[in-house]
Amino acid sequence: MAWKMESQRKQYGKALVELGKERGDIVVLDADLSTSTRTADFAAAFPERFFNCGIAEQNMMDTAAGLAASGKTVFVSTFAVFGTGRCYDQIRQSIAYPKLNIKIVASHAGITVGGDGASHQIVEDIALMRVLPNMNVIVPADSPETYKVIKAVAKTKDPVYVRVGRADVPTITDPEAPFDLNQATLMREGKDVTLIGCGIMVAKCLEAAQELSKHGVDARVLNLHTIKPLDEKTIVRAARETGGVVTAEEHSVMMGMGSAVALVLVENFHVPMKRVGIPDVFGESGACDELMEKYGLTVDNIVEAAHDVLKRKK
Amino acid sequence: MEVYDGEFITELESIAKKARMYSIQMIYEAGSGHPGGSLSCVDILVALYFHIMKHDPKRPDWSDRDRFVLSKGHAAPALYAVLAQSGYFEVDELRSLRKMGSRLQGHPCMTKTPGIEMSTGSLGHGLAAGNGMALAAKLDRKLYRIYVIVGDGEMDVGETWEAAMLASHYKLDNITVYLDRNKLQLDGPTEKIMSLEPLADKWKAFGWHVIEINGHNMKEIIHATNEAKGVKGKPTIIICHTIKGKGVSYMEGSLHFHGKAPDKQEYEQAMKELGG
Ligand SMILES: Cc1ncc(C[n+]2csc(CCOP(=O)(O)OP(=O)(O)O)c2C)c(N)n1
Repeated sequence: MAWKMESQRKQYGKALVELGKERGDIVVLDADLSTSTRTADFAAAFPERFFNCGIAEQNMMDTAAGLAASGKTVFVSTFAVFGTGRCYDQIRQSIAYPKLNIKIVASHAGITVGGDGASHQIVEDIALMRVLPNMNVIVPADSPETYKVIKAVAKTKDPVYVRVGRADVPTITDPEAPFDLNQATLMREGKDVTLIGCGIMVAKCLEAAQELSKHGVDARVLNLHTIKPLDEKTIVRAARETGGVVTAEEHSVMMGMGSAVALVLVENFHVPMKRVGIPDVFGESGACDELMEKYGLTVDNIVEAAHDVLKRKK
Repeated sequence: MEVYDGEFITELESIAKKARMYSIQMIYEAGSGHPGGSLSCVDILVALYFHIMKHDPKRPDWSDRDRFVLSKGHAAPALYAVLAQSGYFEVDELRSLRKMGSRLQGHPCMTKTPGIEMSTGSLGHGLAAGNGMALAAKLDRKLYRIYVIVGDGEMDVGETWEAAMLASHYKLDNITVYLDRNKLQLDGPTEKIMSLEPLADKWKAFGWHVIEINGHNMKEIIHATNEAKGVKGKPTIIICHTIKGKGVSYMEGSLHFHGKAPDKQEYEQAMKELGG
């Protein structure tokens, strides 16, 4: 499909600068990656409210906690691999547990980091963040949605983890459409099977749905941007109405979005299901497309999973 | 002080020049990577692999070999070049950097590449890992030594100082650290992002023997290392004053080439300057 390719990070930078203009309580921290995460845009506009912590992510998270405890709304950015596992105890003890007003907006998540290789390709950040009590987890599907998510989370008082990628991604949402943080977005109506995606995989789900329609399969597509709190109602309704579910995420299939969906279905409404995602392995260096192919994140993988689910449907 | 004849030093310098060339070629062909920080530590790497370290490229797992850890893992291209030049693998393989299926990952991976002693890339881990190797050598009564290159940006990392304490606490005189003091990190000059000075005093206060040298001068690198070998009861850090991007005029002191591959024109210019 001919979608426009746009940067999520750029929209993050733009939304931050607007927030900085609107509100004096917004402060931003980064760990020597501001040019990559685009917090540099905020730093240029509001140098007195930007703090570069250097390559010291643990220190950055606790500093954010102190700022938030003093009434600031704090945005913290670095690469996802350094903004989650690297400083997990700091996030747990000083951000999640005291339920502080901190938004960790992490870029370069997943294997689409590409050439840097496994050391930089976090495939387990959704898992790490979603098991923390009080933590909210959001994975915007594209660049306009990133902008809306940043504006929306700034209005909340809770800890939030927002995951974005390095690569430009297809724009599949309407910048003008209203956005509800707490509700999965219906991207395509359908009655035979439901494809649930997050992040860059939502676009792949849409392509898969189109492919499936050629085989007479009418697939519903949901954009599950908010993985926590999970919109269980929409998920269960989709399972009830379509009788089968495929999830797709650029994340390990261990305890990511697909696992969250699976648990909801196991407890509420049993349907055949298949999770498309990265198997339980580390990534490697390569081009984005090659990596997506090798690690099972293609349109074909989703189509195949859908056929498998359809076969198991009674 | 040992005396080195001019020819020997000239040879090391020409190996280093070649390593610079390979580094830039690899990054250019990969289309991504970190030229600046690779070029600033090439001379130290060449001195280590072509003179200082006891190692055998044909037996990467020889138990008595000296160990090397590149804590600033993003300088992998320089390390791969020097490993290839030493004979750990073919120079031709350098072209595969960052490509799908390659043994040469964007950041060093000890399970894939012969000669790599520790997987690095997330900054600030290498010194502590080197300490572990130094402790093991002491436990096993082995005489091999451990060499670590750290970036000055890594001085921001808390773990660096935790490791600094551990090394002096356990009197690890078998570890030598080279601090690539090129004065730039990713977002800007170190003194602007997170001021480090007085850096030598900090290391002294942590119980280390500190030497300061020009990190592009082979003789100084070798002499300082010999001095470090003679220090008993404490670890040594050699603060190597270097230039980020050293050897390619437009990369020298440039923030732009921290993590960006040269374009075609820039590449050709670099090859001209490096005699490629
Ligand atoms: C823990 C961690 N945080 C952030 C990064 C991203 N990063 C890669 S290189 C770099 C700057 C490193 O500066 P320095 O150590 O001085 O290296 P050099 O200038 O010698 O290349 C940063 C922040 C990283 N690799 N690891």
